[in-house]
Amino acid sequence: MMIDTLRIRFHRFFRRLWTRPRIDLPLAFALLVLCGVGLVTLYSAGDSNLSLVIGQAARFVLGALFILVMSRIPPSALRNWTPWLYIGSVMLLLVVAVLGEGRGADRWLNLGIMRFQPSELMKLTMPMMVAWYLHPRQLPPRWKDIVVVGVMIGIPAALIAHQPDLGTALLVSAAGGFALFLSGMAWWRIGLLLAGAAGMVPIAWHFMHQYQRDRILTMLNPESDPLGNGWHIIQSQIAVGSGGIFGKGFEQSTQSRLDFLPEHTTDFIFAVFCEEFGLIGVCAILVLYAFIIGRCLWIAMEAKDTYSRLLAGAIGMSFFVYVFVNGGMVAGLLPVVGVPMPMVSYGGTSAVSLLVGFGVLMSIHANRKVHD
Amino acid sequence: MKRLRHYKDTRGEGEMFRRRALAGFGLILLGLGVLVGRYVFLQVLHHDEYALRSVSNSVKPRAIPPARGLIYDRNGVLLADNVPAFRLEVRPDQVQHMNQMLAELGRVVPLDQDDLDAFRKQLRQSRRFDSVPLKMRLTEDDIARFAVNRWRFPGVDVVPYLTRYYPMGSLFADVVGYVSRIDADDLTKLDPDRYKGTTHIGRTGLERSYEDMLHGTPGYELDEVNADGQIQRVLETHPPIPGKNLYLSIDARVQKAAQDAFQGRPGAAVAIDPRNGQVLAMVSVPTYDPNLFVNGISTADYKALLNAPDKPLLNRALASAYPPGSTVKPFMGLAGLEDGVRTPEDTVFSNGVFYIPGQSRGYRDDQRYGAGTVNLYKAIYASVNTYFYKLALDLGIDRISEFMSAYGFGRPTGVDVPGEVSGVVPSRAWKAKHSPKERTWYPGETVITGIGQGYWEVTAMQLAHALATFAGRGVPYAPRVVMSTADVGKPSSPLLNPPTGPSLIKNMKDWEAVNEGMQLVIYSNDPLSTGYGHNLGGGFPYRLAGKSGTAERFSRTTNAYNEDRNTAYLAARHRAWFEVFTPAENPRIAVAVVLEAGAWGAEDSGPIARKILDAWLTTQGGAVPPDTPLPESAVAASSSAQNSPNAPEDLPQSDAPAPDSSSGGDATP
Repeated sequence: MMIDTLRIRFHRFFRRLWTRPRIDLPLAFALLVLCGVGLVTLYSAGDSNLSLVIGQAARFVLGALFILVMSRIPPSALRNWTPWLYIGSVMLLLVVAVLGEGRGADRWLNLGIMRFQPSELMKLTMPMMVAWYLHPRQLPPRWKDIVVVGVMIGIPAALIAHQPDLGTALLVSAAGGFALFLSGMAWWRIGLLLAGAAGMVPIAWHFMHQYQRDRILTMLNPESDPLGNGWHIIQSQIAVGSGGIFGKGFEQSTQSRLDFLPEHTTDFIFAVFCEEFGLIGVCAILVLYAFIIGRCLWIAMEAKDTYSRLLAGAIGMSFFVYVFVNGGMVAGLLPVVGVPMPMVSYGGTSAVSLLVGFGVLMSIHANRKVHD
Repeated sequence: MKRLRHYKDTRGEGEMFRRRALAGFGLILLGLGVLVGRYVFLQVLHHDEYALRSVSNSVKPRAIPPARGLIYDRNGVLLADNVPAFRLEVRPDQVQHMNQMLAELGRVVPLDQDDLDAFRKQLRQSRRFDSVPLKMRLTEDDIARFAVNRWRFPGVDVVPYLTRYYPMGSLFADVVGYVSRIDADDLTKLDPDRYKGTTHIGRTGLERSYEDMLHGTPGYELDEVNADGQIQRVLETHPPIPGKNLYLSIDARVQKAAQDAFQGRPGAAVAIDPRNGQVLAMVSVPTYDPNLFVNGISTADYKALLNAPDKPLLNRALASAYPPGSTVKPFMGLAGLEDGVRTPEDTVFSNGVFYIPGQSRGYRDDQRYGAGTVNLYKAIYASVNTYFYKLALDLGIDRISEFMSAYGFGRPTGVDVPGEVSGVVPSRAWKAKHSPKERTWYPGETVITGIGQGYWEVTAMQLAHALATFAGRGVPYAPRVVMSTADVGKPSSPLLNPPTGPSLIKNMKDWEAVNEGMQLVIYSNDPLSTGYGHNLGGGFPYRLAGKSGTAERFSRTTNAYNEDRNTAYLAARHRAWFEVFTPAENPRIAVAVVLEAGAWGAEDSGPIARKILDAWLTTQGGAVPPDTPLPESAVAASSSAQNSPNAPEDLPQSDAPAPDSSSGGDATP
């Protein structure tokens, strides 16, 4: 009897994914265009290797399914689960710290059938947790709340940075930080914290791995390291610069085709895009990214309660961090950090986890304020 | 207007969020603007420059790994060599179906499971365009077969490289160690730029501790490549700087004699030059062939080594600590003299059993009915327990542990071969830390400490180090195996090894007295002497000074005297030690030998020590390396005070005596 009811509910839930999708069409459309651009770029960067594109497209389809599923989970339910999801993510990070495996950096958990990066989960549960904590509290937050949030961000960020995966640690802390920023934290407090953080830089430098220091030093003087990261930076800038205003045209990236540009399907794929589509392409894709972020913030403003607002806003703003860090790295503005260009870089987990985040946004949009 | 808000202002929060979101979006647009600015800078302002560089971009750097430094013994005998070999490498980004390719390749070049496992592991850790070694040390057959089939395997190549080879096989396994393939753990720790193109790293022994010197600095060449990435010509070469060569202070002939002297019986021996801390021999028996490990040991071979009952992988000279037994007695005697609680002529009466006043437990002598009246000399040469029981009680445990610690017991000696254990000097602090339930120190524990039993644990390296420190008139040196280093094609420069402190000996008269007692171990014609009848000094041109040690492996469980004198039975119960230095007046070598299963120190370990000394003596006839000058304290104390007519004058380093030239040195009756 009860089982039957459950089964009926279950069926209805999945039928409605198709029959009544709760989708914000402008956002969905923008994402669709972005994914298309990503696949086209990947086809060229991957030496016209279709299997790479098909694999990536399969991930996008999986991500789209996640969007449909997430969009039907009401934010209130998400809010109730938040502390458990957060604690679970931290636990998984601890497990990885103890027995993870990966390319030198221990960030993967082997689940038998697939390998899974708990730090990806953290990118979503982090802003959820901060939003959950601030939701019932009096805003703008005071020092006490700021300190609590700081600890919430600090523990997982430290675990991830220890893996060592500075890029993801940066994204995770940014997501939490944006939720705090959007909650109306006073500007002078923000200023004070940033000044404090700047004061911590020498200490952080002390705790960095040598290779991390080298990456920063190499960025300042790429010619000093012709075999390592300096080579990446030089080749990437040659790719970008040689693209010019109009670009060399689709499948015309010599830097990638002739194998001068390392990691040209993953971290440095945006350099291929710049080389082939030029400044015009760069501006176009940045406008597309800006539209997506703006739409996220608009959804956040329309949201019903503080939790939804903060979560939606933080997801949207952390999307910007991807774009800025990867775009800055490719152009030699920022050091080499493992942050992908969203929906363009080849690679599974980050694309899927980003799309799960957009699924949450769709749900928040579907449960927005009702205007009288 | 300021107001206190005690409730949550939902509408106000919405408005505040709207303002914040807009501010955030403004900042984001600013950030994207900065990005666009940078792209304008690169793509518009500097477009011409980068376009030119892109067109003329046909140059790729290729790392050239440095040749690893070679390792020689003190006379230039090669101990670790680089020999050319070939390996198969795979570029993952040029292989479409890796598993299928490996299966097909396996039919051309035999690949065993170990190769495949290591390859897959490294494949996961490396970038797609970096070559990953698949099979090391290809045979000529492999190369020929692959050459014919090469067209079927794009992305797979035969690559020449230098691999490590240890021509002496197992002789230096526990000193030089071995290199092995770089694995996942190494990759996280290593500087990727320094190890680009390098496949091996020092894993044990000197190969590990001198990794930084041996490795060298990689070079690179700039290759002009065509559109397929094939090298057209080399534009520029920045040659690698090879690693430094190492010269050991060990003479391979002495090392060989030491290893052979054990005849396969488990044990260890270390010889040190007291004048500078140079290690002259260091062996652990049994041992293994380090060449097995270089290109990946097979699982079967590794299991066999790991599970062998006599543990060939264990470095017994550094990592096995045993109770030292009577070998500590000379140090105890010295402590008594230096702390002023004894003079050499003070006597005790040994009647076979010693009792702590007021206690009923008896502590035994080796001689059932005692050794009679005993002074320091007799206490050492006849190894009289009662003398040292009483001395230990008079000194007290604190003074004993302090004195012994100063001679390096209870902590690593700091020798440049890694893997040393600390051993134990009995002390209150040690007991409190390691037996928290029973923290009190009992006088009985002090008593047995005096004869090297109880909590004591000493490695062969520690005993040799302590003996060398004593023999060198108390000047402590950290033991050193590497004597000098040299850049390729340059003369070698010695590694400095200054003494680690001033002389530990306050009064040279004390040193002479203990030295005299140790000479009597070899030369006394008192039948009670532990060396009596073993003729350990026979035919040796220099005067020897030694001490045996026979440590119990088990505690006595009854008061009955054990009358079993069967050698095999005793060997199973005893660890046999022998320590000896020579020439007694001006020592140049100090040796410590331990046999894991030996019946008696002098009888079983003594001859091993003597064989090491014989081999050393022979090498003194050859090219003698330049001496490091003696420290002041050791030079000042001349050997004239020692009246030992049997010993020849200390010969100059350059002309050595024939081993048999001085048969008058035989003092055995």
